[in-house]
Amino acid sequence: MSDTRDVPFRGGGFVVVPKRGAAVAAFVLLIALWEVSVRFGWISPIFLPSPGSIVQAFVELVSSGTLWKHIGQSLHRLAFGWSIGTLGGLALGFAIGVWSLSRAVGLPLVSALFPIPKIALLPLLILWLGIGESSKVATIALGVFFPTAIATFSAIDGVPRNLIRMGQSFNLPAADVLRKIVLPGALPGILAGFRITASIGLILLVSAEMIGAEYGIGAFILQAGNLMQTDQLLAGVVMLSVLGLLIGTGLTRLERWLLRWR
Amino acid sequence: MELVVEGVSHRYGEVVALEGIDLEVREGETLALIGPSGCGKSTLLGIMGGILQATGGRVRVRGEAPVGSLNPQTYIFQDFALLPWRTVEGNVALALEHHRLQGDEMERRIADVLQRTGLSEFRHAFPKQLSGGMRQRVGIARALAVRPAILLMDEPLSALDAQTRELLMEDFLALWLRERITAVYVTHNLQEALRLADRVCVLSRRPGRVREMVSIDMLQAERATPAAQAHLARLHDRLWGLIKAEAQVAEREVVA
Repeated sequence: MSDTRDVPFRGGGFVVVPKRGAAVAAFVLLIALWEVSVRFGWISPIFLPSPGSIVQAFVELVSSGTLWKHIGQSLHRLAFGWSIGTLGGLALGFAIGVWSLSRAVGLPLVSALFPIPKIALLPLLILWLGIGESSKVATIALGVFFPTAIATFSAIDGVPRNLIRMGQSFNLPAADVLRKIVLPGALPGILAGFRITASIGLILLVSAEMIGAEYGIGAFILQAGNLMQTDQLLAGVVMLSVLGLLIGTGLTRLERWLLRWR
Repeated sequence: MELVVEGVSHRYGEVVALEGIDLEVREGETLALIGPSGCGKSTLLGIMGGILQATGGRVRVRGEAPVGSLNPQTYIFQDFALLPWRTVEGNVALALEHHRLQGDEMERRIADVLQRTGLSEFRHAFPKQLSGGMRQRVGIARALAVRPAILLMDEPLSALDAQTRELLMEDFLALWLRERITAVYVTHNLQEALRLADRVCVLSRRPGRVREMVSIDMLQAERATPAAQAHLARLHDRLWGLIKAEAQVAEREVVA
């Protein structure tokens, strides 16, 4: 070989580089564009009020105490519905994941009932339980129950069998195998299910409150829409967004604490 | 304690994995189980350890377990089988917690096995923080904590790199020489079998049957010496001769 050359670099690109400022800048730009569009009359404030007026409506809701009345009702329904659905789903999912007979009976039932949109059952639940709180809580609980059951038994199925065999090889009692191996092994999958069911719970909460409630974020949004108070309507949507964000943050912290070994 | 395997057969549905296995594992000896892929070595080990139920025949133990043995037949797993959510100490403790040991017996046992396996400094580490070799040491420490009479090892070094394998093999040898625990050692690796075993049981291709039992008439401590190499090489050729043709067929079977 007479001459030497550098080997050209060919490995660039296709790497995700964090650009933290970009997201904030895009967000600020979008809001500024929105504000300007309304102020200059390019968009009618009746159909889309400016971000400033939404903030003003939000502040008024906070100071008048209306916000807490609606949020309090919504949180109450969500907490009850989600807890009941989650406890039931965990119990059924655990039974399907661990016992063959429960799986043979429960799995076809879950598969058949899971795809039904649970909000479609609200009129039936109102007939059974009345227009009060029970029917709304039951709708949320039903919506949460099936995904929790599916997440739980799938997570149990995903626990490596060799860990269970290891426990058996050391003569661990069956209860210890479940408590010390199966349950902690399934926990990441169960917690991932919680994230999904929290969103489902929130969607069903708003839908149920729009159908028959005096108080609650869903009811507030519907009333504001009926009165063409779009600034109040969007303030309600902001409330929902903040609520979803807070629930997501709470679950992330719970996950970090429970799965700190990862 | 000795292990006696009498006429053991096993089926997975229509597939006959093992057929008519008769063998004895003598007190204090290390028996290596080798054979082509899919010959049923791990199945046989599972049956010996009572975590698989044979479809035919039986496995019995003869003699008494040593004083303080909490789990006479104890497994060491190929993939370590450690609980990732427990620390090193917690993984060892798992094998002891349900025995309700008196006073600080559990803490003493844990401290003793961690010291013997060189893990004392890592007692609070999680498995993900350890190398493959250290993880397998945790598996060994967990097994030693219950003071086993018979160790059942399912390819314990196969998931490790060559250097770590060599280091752990030396640890195993030291353990054998010090404690003379009866052991059954499943491996694909003929060198491992020749370094560690007193006898090598060669299984045939599926259905697995005992094809030949080869004694290695040399102390383990002498096998690393240059003088032993020619003899071990002859034994290696003999063992390879017994399994080579069937290993080729098995390999094509697995690929197909």
